[in-house]
Amino acid sequence: MTTALPASLADIRDEFLELAEPERLQLLLEFSQELPEVPAEFEDHPERYERVAECQSPVFIVLTVDDDDIVTMHATAPAEAPTTRGFASILVQGLSGLTADEVLGVPDDYPQSIGLTRAVSPLRIAGMTGMLLRAKRQVRAKRR
Amino acid sequence: MTVELDPSPAFAGFAHPERLVSTDWLEQHLGAPGLVVVESDEDVLLYETGHIPGAVKVDWHTELNDPVVRDYLDGAGFARLLGRKGIDRDDTVVIYGDKNNWWAAYALWVFSLFGHRDVRLLDGGRDKWTAEGRAFTTDPTTRPVTDYPVVDRDDSVLRAYKDDVLTHLGRADGRHPLIDVRSPEEYSGERTSAPAYPEEGALRGGHIPTARSVPWARAVAGDGTFKTREELDAIYRGEAGLHDDDSVIAYCRIGERSSHTWFVLQHLLGFEDVRNYDGSWTEWGSAVRVPIATGAEPGAAPTR
Repeated sequence: MTTALPASLADIRDEFLELAEPERLQLLLEFSQELPEVPAEFEDHPERYERVAECQSPVFIVLTVDDDDIVTMHATAPAEAPTTRGFASILVQGLSGLTADEVLGVPDDYPQSIGLTRAVSPLRIAGMTGMLLRAKRQVRAKRR
Repeated sequence: MTVELDPSPAFAGFAHPERLVSTDWLEQHLGAPGLVVVESDEDVLLYETGHIPGAVKVDWHTELNDPVVRDYLDGAGFARLLGRKGIDRDDTVVIYGDKNNWWAAYALWVFSLFGHRDVRLLDGGRDKWTAEGRAFTTDPTTRPVTDYPVVDRDDSVLRAYKDDVLTHLGRADGRHPLIDVRSPEEYSGERTSAPAYPEEGALRGGHIPTARSVPWARAVAGDGTFKTREELDAIYRGEAGLHDDDSVIAYCRIGERSSHTWFVLQHLLGFEDVRNYDGSWTEWGSAVRVPIATGAEPGAAPTR
């Protein structure tokens, strides 16, 4: 399988890289504020979510793959964990709407490429990497 | 210049009540000359979502740690950092943060390594300020840059290295206790990180032989403030059996939760010789040829 970065994720990366480091944190904050509420079908079903153990804050993700092989990602994380919410929001916006193949082709080191490693610290970025790998694993398991 | 002390009766029983301020006191003193409020959180973005008006942010990962060496910044780096934050050497610094002030206590400990004299914790931290509906703002704080002096970091009094712990272990006189402040699961060796935290770093689970288990959270009351002097004495002098003239070393996984316990022992209970082993379990649990113990019992110091 080729590893090509889908346009959605490339755009987000470029948005970060165009900014000076302190402003990248501000953009991550904006992403955290954009994390959508989870749909009602998942709201009362925590068992359908997977906990991202690599993150220090409680964050749960669920990905679905529909009949046309299109991926949708949902995530939930508490308001007092904005960094984790920001990571989740980037992936929700960047992965939702892609085909399963496109998601599986996302390079595993994408989180390290968006210019946040120094502003946020490598340990914290590792949480986003964990989230991406778990997202890909769910897609692999759920595609038809 | 420094700011007057918080005269709250709640603090009067502590050995060093001057190290704490209440949320009431802080609200009344915001903007006072000589007072700088510092927020230090686990989450690097939490400050940006809203902070106490006038507070500056100090991040443990990106600002207090050296970017290359596994160490804290040096005297010149600390002077640059505090100068940039607009803190003078004789300012009163009040630190608060998320997670029961773990990182706030850690920052306070690092400030203390550089001998910053008047540094206090906001009792109850960010959570209590939030719960009481007090003001937050997203307005950026701008303070005039200061000329903070370059002061060498003094690791000899408050900080323990791995070798210090090994020496400690060899002195089986009962006067050199180790306190393990991690969760019971980490102490016994079932886990190497706190429950709900990522596994990171340590190769094996367990604790330093002879260390007594007193999880940090035992020092905290239901509302997030510190327990009373009597309650804390019962835990640390009573159950854990610490004596006034003991030489105590506290540790956890990376040194932040043990900063919290260090604060309790040194400033609230008045133990004079307390060090924080910041290498903690991520170092000890991976180091070659150091003894460890597993299970719920402290275990004996190795005799060889």
